[in-house]
Amino acid sequence: MTRAARRAGAVAGCGSAVPEPPGAAMGLLSDPVRRRALARLVLRLNAPLCVLSYVAGIAWFLALAFPPLTQRTYMSENAIGSTMVEEQFSGGDRARSFARDFAAHRRKTGSLPVAWLERTMRSVGLEVYTQSFSRKLPFPDETHERYMVSGINVYGILRAPRAASTESLVLTVPCGPDSTNSQAVGLLLALAAHFRGQIYWAKDIIFLVTEHDLLGTEAWLEAYHDVNVTGMQSSALQGRAGAIQVAVALELSSDVVTSLDVAVEGLNGQLPNLDLLNLFQTFCQKGGLLCTLQGRLQPQDWTSVDRPLQSVQTLLLMVLQQASGRPHGPHGLFLRYRVEALTLRGINSFRQYKYDLVAVGKALEGVFRKLNHLLERLHQSFFFYLLPALSRFVSIGLYMPAAGFLLLVLGLKALELWMQLHEAGVGPEEAGRTSGSSPPFPPTQSVGLASLVAPLLISQAVGLALYVLPVLGQHVAAQHFPVAEAEAVVLTLLAVYAAGLALPHNTHRVVSAQVPDRGWMALKLVALIYLALQLACITLTNFSLGFLLAATMVPAAALTKPSGPRPLCAALLVLTSPAAVLLGSLFLWRELQEAPLSLAEGWQLFLAALAQGVLEHHVYGALLFPLLALGLYPCWLLFWNVLFWE
Amino acid sequence: MAAAVPLFLLVLLLLGSGGWSQAEPPRDSLREELVITPLPSGDVAATFQFRTRWDLDLQREKGTDHYFLRYAVLPREVVCTENLTPWKKLLPCSSKAGLSVLLKADRLFHTSYHSQAVHIRPVCRNARCTSVSWELRQTLSVVFDAFVTGQGKKDWSLFRMFSRTLTEPCPLASESRVYVDITSYSQDNETLEVYPPPLATYQDVILGTRRTYAVYDLLDSAVINNSRSLNLQLKWKRPPESEAPPVPFLHAQRYVSGYGLQNGELSTLLYNTHPYRAFPVLLLDTVPWYLRLYVHTLTITSKGKENKPSYIHYQPAQDRLQPHLLEMLIQLPASSVTKVSIHFERALLKWTEYTPDPNHGFYVSPSVLSALVPSVVAAKPVDWDESPLFNTLFPVSDSSSHFVRLYTEPLLVNLPTPDFSMPYNVICLTCTVVAVCYGSFYNLLTRTFRIEEPRTGGLAKRLANLLRRARGVPPL
Repeated sequence: MTRAARRAGAVAGCGSAVPEPPGAAMGLLSDPVRRRALARLVLRLNAPLCVLSYVAGIAWFLALAFPPLTQRTYMSENAIGSTMVEEQFSGGDRARSFARDFAAHRRKTGSLPVAWLERTMRSVGLEVYTQSFSRKLPFPDETHERYMVSGINVYGILRAPRAASTESLVLTVPCGPDSTNSQAVGLLLALAAHFRGQIYWAKDIIFLVTEHDLLGTEAWLEAYHDVNVTGMQSSALQGRAGAIQVAVALELSSDVVTSLDVAVEGLNGQLPNLDLLNLFQTFCQKGGLLCTLQGRLQPQDWTSVDRPLQSVQTLLLMVLQQASGRPHGPHGLFLRYRVEALTLRGINSFRQYKYDLVAVGKALEGVFRKLNHLLERLHQSFFFYLLPALSRFVSIGLYMPAAGFLLLVLGLKALELWMQLHEAGVGPEEAGRTSGSSPPFPPTQSVGLASLVAPLLISQAVGLALYVLPVLGQHVAAQHFPVAEAEAVVLTLLAVYAAGLALPHNTHRVVSAQVPDRGWMALKLVALIYLALQLACITLTNFSLGFLLAATMVPAAALTKPSGPRPLCAALLVLTSPAAVLLGSLFLWRELQEAPLSLAEGWQLFLAALAQGVLEHHVYGALLFPLLALGLYPCWLLFWNVLFWE
Repeated sequence: MAAAVPLFLLVLLLLGSGGWSQAEPPRDSLREELVITPLPSGDVAATFQFRTRWDLDLQREKGTDHYFLRYAVLPREVVCTENLTPWKKLLPCSSKAGLSVLLKADRLFHTSYHSQAVHIRPVCRNARCTSVSWELRQTLSVVFDAFVTGQGKKDWSLFRMFSRTLTEPCPLASESRVYVDITSYSQDNETLEVYPPPLATYQDVILGTRRTYAVYDLLDSAVINNSRSLNLQLKWKRPPESEAPPVPFLHAQRYVSGYGLQNGELSTLLYNTHPYRAFPVLLLDTVPWYLRLYVHTLTITSKGKENKPSYIHYQPAQDRLQPHLLEMLIQLPASSVTKVSIHFERALLKWTEYTPDPNHGFYVSPSVLSALVPSVVAAKPVDWDESPLFNTLFPVSDSSSHFVRLYTEPLLVNLPTPDFSMPYNVICLTCTVVAVCYGSFYNLLTRTFRIEEPRTGGLAKRLANLLRRARGVPPL
């Protein structure tokens, strides 16, 4: 036992059944004198510490794009370790003719040519099945112009010879009503014909063509796993091929491509195992294909001058994309079912050098042959990472401190408030000599708790209204106002959001608070802890979203208090509210894509994004909307409430 | 679909239960036969059967004690040439003569389906079964794939399939025959041409349908022609269209539904495609103990209505000792799909109980379906010793139905798996952190600290403490 610990034990004097903690830190905290010194330090240096911590968080994040924190990607899984396969795919002409036929039949029928696809898949030797599905969206989707959706998915299974259909790989091509993905269908069929002639398959391969792009994929996945997550009506699947290991989605809009763009961000910010990306990247290098990430060329020379800027931009784009929580391609929906997946998009820009379908087909063949060698599910490499470039990554251990520093600000502020609340009745110098006869805690807590119930309840109720009312009240709104349903949803959303600002800052008048200063301090303390908990949980599962919210909400949350320049504080708070963050992110995103928005365009995009967010929650189960409506918005309202405390 | 139907057919072919012969069998040494079945999809199935019988004075136990009946299944087996070589060595002619010259590993493992079996059983030598012969029967079935092996062509010959031709029968064989299924698929005329033209044909009812076979007896010297080899050739007169192939009356599908690593559901779909006849099916499931079945969630639905099984036998699992055993007799209505589903929860294994490849998943053995499936054509009971060997694989209980045993596909289920790459770090770190931090923080949070002036107690207390110190008891 150290001396400090023994003294603490003697001083505590409550028949110590609990063994004394070893270590100097515990002694430091349990020693009342040192504890008081530490508390005074935290109180006095609170503001500089907060600023330092915030700046450290932001700086750490920006430093993630640079070499000491980014590492080269490397293949972890032994089974797919080398690219030693000989690609033999040569069906470029076949792919083009399939694509032409598909496009012609599609123009004739106006929808997916199911009969033609079935016939063609059967003729190349697949086991063919169809699945019909229908879905009534909660409100009309104006971006994609759809409301009552019904379609048919077609899929063919290549059965691995002499195997028992326990594992499978998926190659999927989404066919939207507007997107011209016929070249991808052509390549899929040509690859199927080539794969069918090979003897080496150990896993079944499912070739899936879905209608209504992501809706079809969701319907197929739900039916394959025989679950109903989103209220999709679909027919049962007739054929299955065991547990799906990996899925690759393909989008091509032309016969030739200049580059292939890889999308990894999935639903709710889930990412596929990094090995899948590594595998694809090695085959790109082997075939000399040009691959991009977030639509940006990869820096050829890692020491060039514009590289730092470029990798920061790529990193930011990935963070924005991941934070949005929307599937960045059909692969995003596979991730929920623990199927590692990514989307490849063929880009045809104005560059001189172009690749034909054979090059893309060879890369895919190589990827599938290596995946065929997998003995276990992909699990060796990282599931949580950020990508500043295709060949560089930041692992979870290195990026978490950035968010940690930001959340520390909330912790420090909460600590300060907690101490102030406890010592509010006595002066700082005599606080130490408080005798045991008049403990300051009970009255403080009782006052605080009574005045906290009303604002907490009301802000949560507003959050609930924000979540429920727009979709529930769309028909009422459409009847009474000259707006369409989709507009009604967005406008209700904004109206409830704005109404929330007016409501709760009057709530504390309902309860009579004897000590007004303590009222807001207790409320802010609760709000700070609530915010810190939420952000910490979000950061663990979706770092990008957590970091983005922390970077914007933390300073305003820390600064908010009823005294001081109230209009300035209010403006800051409004600018960092969840909706404003969304608007700002949209501008930043377009800025990074080098397609800056004007204000009016930005507003239109913002309204569309709101509608999409609500829709994606109902259709795919994206969690961003409920998270903002039920979690962060009420929490933000608490700070608003603190600001207008009287 | 190329492989699925032959797969089903051959599964029944191989796994249909053998019957007991009643009459005294002749003591022949070896019968061998090869059955070639061209399928409309362009694939072709080939089944070898070799039967050896010998007398032995091993006494068979009287009657069968069902208490000793055991059922075991290894759900995962990858076949390769190592499975074939020892199997071939059991043949009397090895692979030197007779039909077994066709058993070349490099061709047999270029097929889409492969099934190999060894059956040993006692056969009664007389009606009262006082002495028995032993029968060793070896079967091998393969399906050649038109897309892989045939490069898209649908015409086959022995040479194309096995890269060998038949030259002579096995000298030890008492019977050595090749049967080719020449049943015409359309009504009007023959769709399949066989060369050389067969000297004899054979008709029988197999699996409830009438089949016609061309028969080539290798012991007949006219069959092996002047060039001293028999290269059977099959030609389709009209190329079969690539339509969806016909489905059998009974087929099944099994899958795991749900996602995540906690709960799931085992579902078995039983299809009865017969247009008007219902028939019962005996479903046997063995599920490993680490999938904890919730028996109250067992639901059986046909055509949207609950289907009550007429018999259920359930034996619960014991951890690490015995798997779940679930056996049900279910009536399948005509032209219906019956779904049998049961919920399960994944158990946590001890960390030494995981396989070396835990992230591959754990196999669940297939369900076994046994059924009497209605026949299209009534079959006559035949003399099993006279009829071809393949016939005895399909015992007919009465004229209106035939016995079928189906195995569904095995399942691969992922269990919650720890990260084995750093168990030491994780275990040590978490235990230390929990022990140190939790204890101390709990201590800090639950206590209140205040400074107390060190006070010397009264005289009585000091005396008491002196006494206590002398006794070795902590002071007051």
